[in-house]
Amino acid sequence: MIWANAVVQGLLLGGLLALFATGLSLAFGVMRFVNLAHGDLAVLAAFLAVSVTGGLGVNPFWSLLVVVPAMAAVGYLLQRYAFNRTMGPDPLPSILVTFGLSVVIQNALLEGYSADSQGLDAGPIETASVELPGGIAVGWFPLLMAAVAAVVLVGLQLFLSRTRMGRAFRATSDDPSTARLMGIDDRRVYAAVMAVAFATVAMAGLFLGMRQTFGPSDGPAQLIFAFEAVVIGGIGSLWGTLLGGVVLGVSQTVGNQIDVEFNFLSGPLFGHLIFLAALAFRPTGLLGAGRRA
Amino acid sequence: MSVRRTGQPAAPGATAYRISRSTAESKAGLAGSALLVIVLFTLPWWDSDGSLQTPLVVVLYYLGLAQMWNLLAGFAGMISIGQQMFVGAGTYALLQFAEAWGLDPWLSVPAAGLVAAALSAPVALFAFRLSGGYFAIGTWVAAEAVRLLVTESNDLRGGDVRSLTRESLGDYSLETRANVTYWLALALAVGGTAIVVVVLRSRVGLALRSVRDSEDGARSLGIDVIRTKALVWVVAAFWTGCAGAVILLSAPSTTAASAFSVSRWMALVIFIVVIGGVGSTTGPVLGVLVFWFIDEQLSDAEAWRFIVLGGIAAVMAIVAPRGLYGLIQRWRPLQFFPVRRRLIGPGADSS
Amino acid sequence: MTALLDVRGLSAGYGDFQALFEVYMAVEEGETLAIIGANGAGKTTLLRTLAGLVPASSGTVRFAGADLLAVPAWKRVGHGISLVPEGRMLFPSLDVRENLLIGAHARRGGRWNLDRVIEVFPLLAPLLGRPSEVLSGGEKQAVAIGRALMANPRLMLLDEVSLGLAPLVVKQLYAALPEVVEAGTTVLVVEQDIGQAAAAADRLVCLLEGRVVLEGDPDCLTRGDIVAAYFGMKAET
Repeated sequence: MIWANAVVQGLLLGGLLALFATGLSLAFGVMRFVNLAHGDLAVLAAFLAVSVTGGLGVNPFWSLLVVVPAMAAVGYLLQRYAFNRTMGPDPLPSILVTFGLSVVIQNALLEGYSADSQGLDAGPIETASVELPGGIAVGWFPLLMAAVAAVVLVGLQLFLSRTRMGRAFRATSDDPSTARLMGIDDRRVYAAVMAVAFATVAMAGLFLGMRQTFGPSDGPAQLIFAFEAVVIGGIGSLWGTLLGGVVLGVSQTVGNQIDVEFNFLSGPLFGHLIFLAALAFRPTGLLGAGRRA
Repeated sequence: MSVRRTGQPAAPGATAYRISRSTAESKAGLAGSALLVIVLFTLPWWDSDGSLQTPLVVVLYYLGLAQMWNLLAGFAGMISIGQQMFVGAGTYALLQFAEAWGLDPWLSVPAAGLVAAALSAPVALFAFRLSGGYFAIGTWVAAEAVRLLVTESNDLRGGDVRSLTRESLGDYSLETRANVTYWLALALAVGGTAIVVVVLRSRVGLALRSVRDSEDGARSLGIDVIRTKALVWVVAAFWTGCAGAVILLSAPSTTAASAFSVSRWMALVIFIVVIGGVGSTTGPVLGVLVFWFIDEQLSDAEAWRFIVLGGIAAVMAIVAPRGLYGLIQRWRPLQFFPVRRRLIGPGADSS
Repeated sequence: MTALLDVRGLSAGYGDFQALFEVYMAVEEGETLAIIGANGAGKTTLLRTLAGLVPASSGTVRFAGADLLAVPAWKRVGHGISLVPEGRMLFPSLDVRENLLIGAHARRGGRWNLDRVIEVFPLLAPLLGRPSEVLSGGEKQAVAIGRALMANPRLMLLDEVSLGLAPLVVKQLYAALPEVVEAGTTVLVVEQDIGQAAAAADRLVCLLEGRVVLEGDPDCLTRGDIVAAYFGMKAET
């Protein structure tokens, strides 16, 4: 029963991990762009929520309304005026710029908020839970996070496949110069994609902050989890990202349980090992369309 | 097609074209570098209070690390963010050899490099399946996994603070330890630069350039892309591992968190290379001087040091992708390390 | 009457390679102009420069009186210029219907819409839900032309329509041109098949090594003139 519980918790954690990975997956899918500051943006959003929540004296859920649009705007502007200038066949400039940004964010947070761990208090919902048959307790909060992640991913998928804008995104992803012939400004598409990526990772960051304490240097670990979810699921597929997040989530909770029972391995390490195994045996990912990372 | 090296006389009747790597600047640069190395080598005898020697150890091993990362990212198109894994491997290998097994600490340095090189092979097996930005994160994940393994290991005790005790240094005095560590750091810097120059001048160097320009094109020319990359990957891991050992020799103690630190052994190294100039052998030398200067200015503000260096590097990656070296080149083309072949035509100044 | 498209002294190329040398050319509203020339003559570069995919190094291009070179590529379709690129260049992630609809992303007002495109190319009707990758070459070309028409262009640039297609298919595609012209679109077509070009066009322009070497009414030019210009030989006198 302990193990069943670990799996259920892992499924729910998987939703949050998928939300973390969505922006990374989308940016790579549409524009082959890898943002190494992705995890730090989540942490930045969580810290901003601490300030908004403290400043206005409201529940952190309300800070979503401020932080998510703000981060989306930052993403749009960064892509438009900085990242777009690094795009091209050589991945080095974009990696350098986003890695530099990652280090700057971490240390700016360290200066601004000190190295102390912070948390976002979402109130009684954090501890409320419902009991499933078999004695497995499922928290309302993890359930809510998983539901939000599913809604965001399904919504994005529908947006891409059903709307005029989504069509333009896919066309740009296929062939940016022919997209230009259709009257699509690829640079603006990229900026819009980055805005969506920032918005989703900000949401994930806020949930992370309500779930656990966090510090200025937690970003890289989140980036790595997001990346693992993307690769396990298959590059360029949002459904794959959801599935990858779930596989990674279960790996981590089961790994933690192994640590508790046998004092061996740990959650993240077991997750890394599952990721490496996936890379070794299924390099195109579970739902990858044959495209390698 | 045969390529004639400089110095050989042109065959009678042949057009007087020849391929040369040397220029007047590169000869002067080489002479100047040799002089500088000699001056640095003798430093322990004239810098009696160690006011230069202490910071130089750090500057020199950073130059060695920077040259290796530049070889990977700037020349071979392998943008690794996991080199801290080899630094940490070197550090813990030295602890194991010198501290646990009682081997000679100096001889343990190259042995630590071999451990790092051995570790790089299985990592390549996974990481080489990825490319570009995902290769970067993939190597980072591998480094994280190794750090966690070392932290959890009962033998290596990565979670504890560990140091090289006096006993493991055997009969060597503290002063000898300081001086030899300094010379080893100097060897890391000079040797690291020499490795890059030698690799680039060899057939592997030509292969690397063609791989960087177009992997498929290189493959169609019969270049074994994977083998060429793997060779450079292992060499860089070896040298980075040696650096990890020297870093421990120069530091009082370590933990897995600091030996495998991405910000100390990766971020700063990347910033040095980017600010100095990616893809040039002179760039890391310029970058490490900027690093030294900023480090001295902000020695009390660790976070600001990262913010300033990271900010400069990020901006430079956009506006000056070839770094300071590229800016200097734009102003006056100079080449101190002769790695590029130039065609010298008849009547051209062949000095 | 001022020309719809007025090209003066246009030079363009890729990096160090110059493909067009001071090209002068005018296209009148409502006419169909064919550009002919051997491989590497600069025909495709000329169309891609007009569409904005290749930057011009010198010269001026006025389209409906406005300075076209100052307009970024993605805005030119809004000004009324559509390119049917060489190789069709359909979007593989989009099905046939979506490939047509995306042509109307920045559409101007006008007569063309999905139904009308299918009227002109009835072969597309049963294919609308198919992935674009599975189509035959002729079907792909029909989608590419339809996609361009969806924007209601004033000037449609057609690059290498017949390349790699069976003669019968080419004939079908060219049969649609009069309807396009009748709907008010000016057509500039690049063609390697001189006979096809002469039959379809009101006027011929021949490029040789990036320069205009011959221009005129196909009915007034002799086959000898055209062949000579095409291959860069002196015309037999």
